Amino acid sequence: MTPQLEINDLRVSFKTPDGYVDAVRGVSLQLGREKLAIVGESGSGKSTVGRAILRLHPHSARITAKTMRFCEVDLLSASEKTMRSIRGARISMILQDPKYSLNPVVRVGDQIAESYLAHHPKASRAEARERALAMLETVRIRDPQRVFSLYPHEVSGGMGQRIMIAMMLITEPDIIIADEPTSALDVSVRTQILAILDDLVGERGLGLLFISHDLNLVRSFCDRVIVMYAGRIVETIDADRLGEATHPYTRGLLDSLPEIDHRRARLPVLQRDPSWLTA
Amino acid sequence: MSMIKSKGLSMAFGIGSKARDVLTDVNFSVAEGEVFGLVGESGSGKTTVLRCLAGLYTHWRGELEIAGKQLEHRLDRSQCRIVQMVFQDPYGSLHPRHTVATALAEPLRIHGIGDVDRRIDETLERVGLNGSFRYRYPHQLSGGQRQRVAIARALILEPRVLLLDEPTSALDVSVQAEILNLLADLRARDGLTYLLVTHDLGVVAHLCDRLAVMQSGRIVETLTVDTLCSGAAAEPYTRTLLQASRQYSRELATATAMEA
Repeated sequence: MTPQLEINDLRVSFKTPDGYVDAVRGVSLQLGREKLAIVGESGSGKSTVGRAILRLHPHSARITAKTMRFCEVDLLSASEKTMRSIRGARISMILQDPKYSLNPVVRVGDQIAESYLAHHPKASRAEARERALAMLETVRIRDPQRVFSLYPHEVSGGMGQRIMIAMMLITEPDIIIADEPTSALDVSVRTQILAILDDLVGERGLGLLFISHDLNLVRSFCDRVIVMYAGRIVETIDADRLGEATHPYTRGLLDSLPEIDHRRARLPVLQRDPSWLTA
Repeated sequence: MSMIKSKGLSMAFGIGSKARDVLTDVNFSVAEGEVFGLVGESGSGKTTVLRCLAGLYTHWRGELEIAGKQLEHRLDRSQCRIVQMVFQDPYGSLHPRHTVATALAEPLRIHGIGDVDRRIDETLERVGLNGSFRYRYPHQLSGGQRQRVAIARALILEPRVLLLDEPTSALDVSVQAEILNLLADLRARDGLTYLLVTHDLGVVAHLCDRLAVMQSGRIVETLTVDTLCSGAAAEPYTRTLLQASRQYSRELATATAMEA
């Protein structure tokens, strides 16, 4: 099976008053029909990779790669017009906090329908509404008719995130980039949201790029895990073998997690080794 | 002696027919030097309990007691000397245009306490920073350093009780470990009592002695952390929370979806 998304030696740098700062330094990855996690601390460049795939960075950012290919499209040289037909329609992105990603003055159902209409300009409003209702059902909202006409402030965080997912899925994309989709949610709601994503990958054959800082979560949810540190990949490992990770950074992150089943008086603090920046 | 006591604590927002109960008959007590956790999902009322104790809400009903003194329905200066709160988001809780020294001096000024410079230096040392941080602004600090400053601000009045509202949930795991260690050290050295609100049972297992599980404004179960960790919790809700925090599981998702 050829991977849907293939990235080779991606580099992203941002312009600052003191010159360019490298945020991503040579990342290569392949994503098939699987759940691939990118983990790392804040500032490790994991979200920057996700945004670079959709070319969401400002023009001043310098993005280079040997290859960055999605199916048959070269994402580096694609025109803005091509990118618009990919963004949302074939690769969509779920963001961390529904509170900030939904329009506060538009009913949530209309927002979902709008996303359908944007990519199906010939569809009628009634058809878009039908689709949106069906989508709400797919993300396990029990009373779609009622929820359709609610405003974002009237829904809970978990429901808001389901609405975001519905909006991202209504165009039937091939790849979903989920940037910390459950960090703002409770553990019980989190399980529900993950189950929805899990089913979609299984049933529709989506590729899921799951950006997270939660090692415990990706260990039990994803297929493979990429660990990033300071803009580079330090380790790629099967999720169920995360316990056998060898890189001292991955080990350090795992050790510093407080655990329910293994309580310690003090948590080891991650000691950073300057050689990780280059090795 | 119990340091914090809540008896029949109830509260509603709104009045008349629009009144909505957010806390119903919340009872618990925390011994001196103990770390007590409050866990539960968003909206279960755990932060509201803290805000009642901190004097940020004053229209609660029932009885609240800190260090043997009944709380009144107003924010009282002597109460602030005993109990202080640390908020979830260090990015939001520090004034962006106040230096660290200004932020730390404010409580001292309000309470008319002198010897400001020495106290600021001492408190910064206590939280693992040093005097060189005095003139920095919040944007010149990392997330972990900011949370240390927020803890320093709570400690500068030398309280006996700290109310911790998700103190590490905005931080990376590596930084979270540092802050959790700091909180453990401060408690061991100064005999502080903590009331910790979190949704992370890993953090509870690490730091707390006992905990209460809250759901829709009520305490469903109060238990020791040892009981929780050995899986002997009596309430199914507590066990579900525990299972959900351990790992993602398909079966659990299906089971909880059915319930809901």
